[in-house]
Amino acid sequence: MTPTLFGRIQTRLFLVATVGVLWTLLIGPALAGMMSDPDATTGDVYRLAFGALVLVAVVGIGWELIYHALQQYRWEKDWPTFFGLVTGLPEGIVVALLLGAGLPWDVGDVPLGAYTVHFATTWVLIWLVANGPMQVLFPRWRFRGGQLL
Amino acid sequence: MSETRRIAGAPIGAAQEAGPANQGTEGADLTQALIDRDTWTDAEVAASGIPMEDVDLVSVGGGLGSFALADTLRIAGLGTGQIRVLGDNSSPTATYEYLAANSQIPEHERLRSDAGSVMDNIWGFPSYALREAWTDKSLKAVWQVVTEPILAEYYTPRAGQVYASVRREAARIGWEDMLRLGFVRMIRKREGGGYFVVHTPQGGSGGAKRHIYRTNFAHIAVGYPGVAFLPDLQEYRERTGDYSRVVNAYEPHDHVYAETRTRPCTIVVRGSGIVASRVLQRLLDDYESGAQIRVIHLFRNYVDGPQGDDPKFKRPGRNGFAYQAFNFPKSAWGGQLRYALEELEGDARSELLDKMGGTNTAPRKSWSDQLERARKAGAYDQAVGKVVSVEAMDDGSAIRTRVATSAGDEHVIDAQFIIDATGLLARIEEHRLMADLLDHSGVGKNPKGRLDVERHFEVRGAASGPGRLYASGSMTLGGYYAGVDSFLGLQYAAQRIADNLAEQGLGKKLGTGRSVQQWVRWARNKTP
Repeated sequence: MTPTLFGRIQTRLFLVATVGVLWTLLIGPALAGMMSDPDATTGDVYRLAFGALVLVAVVGIGWELIYHALQQYRWEKDWPTFFGLVTGLPEGIVVALLLGAGLPWDVGDVPLGAYTVHFATTWVLIWLVANGPMQVLFPRWRFRGGQLL
Repeated sequence: MSETRRIAGAPIGAAQEAGPANQGTEGADLTQALIDRDTWTDAEVAASGIPMEDVDLVSVGGGLGSFALADTLRIAGLGTGQIRVLGDNSSPTATYEYLAANSQIPEHERLRSDAGSVMDNIWGFPSYALREAWTDKSLKAVWQVVTEPILAEYYTPRAGQVYASVRREAARIGWEDMLRLGFVRMIRKREGGGYFVVHTPQGGSGGAKRHIYRTNFAHIAVGYPGVAFLPDLQEYRERTGDYSRVVNAYEPHDHVYAETRTRPCTIVVRGSGIVASRVLQRLLDDYESGAQIRVIHLFRNYVDGPQGDDPKFKRPGRNGFAYQAFNFPKSAWGGQLRYALEELEGDARSELLDKMGGTNTAPRKSWSDQLERARKAGAYDQAVGKVVSVEAMDDGSAIRTRVATSAGDEHVIDAQFIIDATGLLARIEEHRLMADLLDHSGVGKNPKGRLDVERHFEVRGAASGPGRLYASGSMTLGGYYAGVDSFLGLQYAAQRIADNLAEQGLGKKLGTGRSVQQWVRWARNKTP
């Protein structure tokens, strides 16, 4: 992809708010059994998972500033598909640490199993949608550096 | 062929005022009075007796540029009856295939094009890589496109895949119904708005000698007027009449390869762009399978290290070549460099284009490995300098090139063939239609000497009342978009033109709903 800074931020916020929210609603009930607390409800999963989505969106703006700065050292001024996938690793770790620290709200200890499955599946799904289907929904998006507005 | 319809964008009633399209007389031709006048009236055209037809949009060229626009407009909702494509080949890929085949890209070889630059699909999804994986039942292409260019080289599609998929899409959108074979002699402004497009239909026997299309919207995508030679080689060809030993890589030149199979040959290759890489690959493939070939690669400018001082804008270079995956940095098509170029005018724009583009080739390990093998075996040598003279030797055995090196020495290279791989002719005035436009319609040239277009590819100075003239492709290089001469660039231009046409009243902008619906129709191979 060849994002601009605004394109990166807009695309991230859009995909988290659409694909991220829908997927989280769908997968929530299935993750209840993976929480550390055996009595955890779907509501507890949502509390954790939506907390993670909020952090991916908000902290992600900071990440995008870093990615954009790094992109300036690439001759092509592009952001390889591969980077879009592997940046999920550092981002996932940072979000887990912030959730554990009580941000954006208290979720107690982060249950690693449920968190990892939710974060990884959401990340890959968003990455897949960003690498194709977005172009069908918004035929001008790929020429505008990912800007929707 | 004599359907009468309102010219799109013209005020209601204009068609009546303009009079109906006419059947005309076979054999009727342009009069000198018409040829001399910049703007024609309906009455003058009617008096000429040339058959005339009204249509909403005419696209001149009939190659991939016309195809990209017709595809985009058909998907946006225009009917085949609203579009006329005027070209000289029945297939939109014909010229491209011809040039690619001459420059040694057979159908099974890969082009220098991104996975997402999908010529038959305006969305770029599914990419060539995904489709290749599907057809080959192999994940190799997917792995490559997901890890490019970090763990793998950039994925690029095979030429044959591109051609076959364009043929399928052409059939789907009704290309044959829109296409009229022949040559466009001129486009002249119409008094009251719009244009007359003068067409010389192909076939001659029985049909009309000329045909005129009256339209409010015209588009030109005629590509390069011909092949270009380096001045010293051009001079040699004109002086000696020897067109077989000094050849352009884009011309048919199979006789060169054939001769290397019958006797030892030294071949000079001039140029260091992608076409030179192709030709070197062909020659060294032949060498490695037994042909007695020695290649002297002659450089005018030798790239021996990265280009540029800015650590943020440095292009890799070594062994004579400047390397980048595509002919411009990727983001020039749809990222930050596209926006950067759009902001620039005049020399500043020209400079950025030179910095991003210029002569460069794709970094492919198979090519550099082959050059290294051949160099060690004595089959590939490099020479650097300015050519002083090119002469045929008296006994006809070779062509002697004298080269002045920067150290002040003179270097002599005797060769059986010289292949000029420096490119195609880009002077727009060499094209008859372009020359006529420059003389009669008020269009101008951009900082690179090519046709001056707006950011949305409208030709500056060519507006005629509500009528608009657009251009895309190689003839617009030097404008606000770098990758004009590429699959993705043609699709980008088509999208900008289609959106502008919608603003002018022809068709509707493609929105999300119709886009998704049309993508499904594409996937099911149903007409738009």
